[in-house]
Amino acid sequence: MNDKKHLSVSAIQNGTVIDHIPAQNLFKVISILGLDKIPNLITFGTNLESQRLGKKAIVKIADKYFEREEINRIAIVAPHAKLNIIKDYVVVEKMLVEVPDEIKGIVKCVNPKCITNFENVTPKFKVADKKNVSLKCHYCEKITDQEHMEYR
Amino acid sequence: MKNRSLVSINDLSKEEIFKVLDLAEEFEKNPSQKIMDGKVVATLFFEPSTRTRLSFESAVNRLGGRIIGFSEASSTSVSKGESLKDTILTVANYSDLIVMRHPVEGSARFASEVSPVPIINAGDGANQHPTQTMLDLYSIRKTQGTLNNQKIVMVGDLKYGRTVHSLLMAMSQFNASFVFIAPKELQMPQEYKMFLKDAGLKFEEHTDLAENIKDADIVYMTRVQKERFSDPMDYEKVKNAYILRNHMLEGTKENMRVLHPLPRVNEINIDVDDSNKAYYFTQALNGVYARMAIMASILGLK
Ligand SMILES: [Zn+2]
Repeated sequence: MNDKKHLSVSAIQNGTVIDHIPAQNLFKVISILGLDKIPNLITFGTNLESQRLGKKAIVKIADKYFEREEINRIAIVAPHAKLNIIKDYVVVEKMLVEVPDEIKGIVKCVNPKCITNFENVTPKFKVADKKNVSLKCHYCEKITDQEHMEYR
Repeated sequence: MKNRSLVSINDLSKEEIFKVLDLAEEFEKNPSQKIMDGKVVATLFFEPSTRTRLSFESAVNRLGGRIIGFSEASSTSVSKGESLKDTILTVANYSDLIVMRHPVEGSARFASEVSPVPIINAGDGANQHPTQTMLDLYSIRKTQGTLNNQKIVMVGDLKYGRTVHSLLMAMSQFNASFVFIAPKELQMPQEYKMFLKDAGLKFEEHTDLAENIKDADIVYMTRVQKERFSDPMDYEKVKNAYILRNHMLEGTKENMRVLHPLPRVNEINIDVDDSNKAYYFTQALNGVYARMAIMASILGLK
């Protein structure tokens, strides 16, 4: 039997599987989706070999389905993530993450002199580059790129 | 523009810019029109900027309006820790329009979102200063007769100078070409050069001043500040390289004009002042007309 191999990918009966998360961003995905605050059964595997991402992570959330806007929130940390919607052990739908035009909350503005880092103002960005994901602050108009992204 | 805030020059369409410039021209011809009688303008200067404040206050006075406000934050409740939101909501009760200057970037956009009365951004840190850009546009149109197809040479601190960044963005709508002259520490940021490339507009970069102003329509000077250099020796090396002197104006185009947002320190030698190409003091005067036009438009008086 190859039970050991199966451990990392144990199936769920109903719920959502999020695959192709860059391993280093797994916990960001968990926090952005609030998975650390829900009672559902969650399993994840990380540092799995991936041709595309180097090391990838996968998360399985039992009995949980996401809205489009909800799932697009992880686009900045996992732009290539793929979702499998599982019903009765069967993949009934596949979804790709889409980088939205605007991002609210989630990311901190990189500019230390920005109002969002001084007062109680929710950061808001226009997505300036969808491919490499860089964000233009709605307030100070500075660009926050992937490399400098910090999460709230 | 009626009842709208002015936070960034990019908030205005080309048509709106032309309307403001035309109106400024009208105010220049006839500066005393008491159309702001009964209106109260609050000037909130969370950091001092005497020139900008006086220019606004002069504009309000010429139009017959009243002014309340403060010229530095230390004498106000802000120094007691009041939030910007609370200050704005309070002052909005007392005024029809708020002019604000604030060291924090994005503060004016935020204020415009919480304020029930329109906000005019008079500078938010290194970000935007749209009334300065408007007076620059007014000065260019007035001296060149058009905003189209201008060759603009920008000199000095092109890295941190928000004035040149906003002017670049605004003039890019009018098929301008640019020459950037700056020490290597203070060159025009990549994002603006990319913007020009994408827009198909020409630009050159040089480090020498005298050589590169001969075919300019506008030479826009800015101050090179010592504080911008991490190594003081680097400043010492370049500090005299970006000073415009009268003899350099020989051979430049007849229509060429020298602009500067002021205050100047030594980057324009005083021997330039007597040249008919020196335009910076008139440029400052134009600021009053431009601000009259912006306020009159926002208050719906014109
Ligand atoms: Zn910002």
